[in-house]
Amino acid sequence: MKRVLRTAALGLLLGSALAASAIDVLPFHDRAEEVRFQNLTRQLRCLVCQDEDLADSDAQLAKDLRYEIFQQMQAGRSDAQIKQWLVDRYGDYVLYRPPLKPSNYALWFGPFVLLGLGALGVGIYLRRRAQPQAAATAAEDEDW
Amino acid sequence: MRLYLPLAIFLVLVGLFGFGLWWNGSHNPTFVPSPLIGKPAPDWRLPLLYHPQRTLDKAQMLGRPYVLNVFASWCFACGDEHPVLMAYGRDLGVPLIGYDYKDKRSDALAWLARHGDPYTQVVADESGRTAINFGVYGAPETYLIDAQGIILWKHIGPLTPRVIREKLVPRLRRLGVTPKVAA
Repeated sequence: MKRVLRTAALGLLLGSALAASAIDVLPFHDRAEEVRFQNLTRQLRCLVCQDEDLADSDAQLAKDLRYEIFQQMQAGRSDAQIKQWLVDRYGDYVLYRPPLKPSNYALWFGPFVLLGLGALGVGIYLRRRAQPQAAATAAEDEDW
Repeated sequence: MRLYLPLAIFLVLVGLFGFGLWWNGSHNPTFVPSPLIGKPAPDWRLPLLYHPQRTLDKAQMLGRPYVLNVFASWCFACGDEHPVLMAYGRDLGVPLIGYDYKDKRSDALAWLARHGDPYTQVVADESGRTAINFGVYGAPETYLIDAQGIILWKHIGPLTPRVIREKLVPRLRRLGVTPKVAA
């Protein structure tokens, strides 16, 4: 009986240890610092599982980077400095919000250009359709 | 003619679909271009895997080009890559440095003992902190570093005979190295 109890107690201890290791335990000074950390890591991409942010990712590299970011915050570095530190190593890709610069213009303005082209197409189509019936005879020769 | 419009739309969609298939198959979708290409490699100093009390560092490697191959015993794709390194590693004409990434020393030693060791030297980065400075985000990764310590090229994912012949060997030749690998 004693042995059963001891095994059960050990199991309980092990279980809680495992549960605790699933999240990082970072010793933040206060709530504001933790909020700042969460805010910052949400703007950064996990390089391993690329659709996840650093805050949520369970990848080993994401854990290492979270720890690194935490330490840099402790060292008094600003959010911008920390981001730059990551960009220097992993490129703009690590940022969920890519910077506005020539190599990213297609990314930023491409959708608006496409929208403009679409609007232009619709405009031309509507204008053609609105032509008076006099042009209808000519239109009959057209494809559609 | 109006009847052909749906067919035309259908063909355009098939074309887009085909392009998507081709595009996904023809490049590595998880590839992230490294901002470190053309820049000096980060300063590194790491213990040797076989002799942990001794270290190897960037300064010691200056003066000749070398290939740095990031691997780990836990890394599945590294197992695919390993026979390729065994076959080509000694014929590159430059040192092939193994970079054991976030690995337990005993695991790495057992892995190399079992599969063979293609490396000139093996350094161990158990914490993975130096690897962050290299922008490593997954193993295997391979770097070509020149005699001045500049990163010339980075390959993400396993090296294949084709990658070695078409990407690595021409770059080595440009450095004045004559690899024994047939082009």
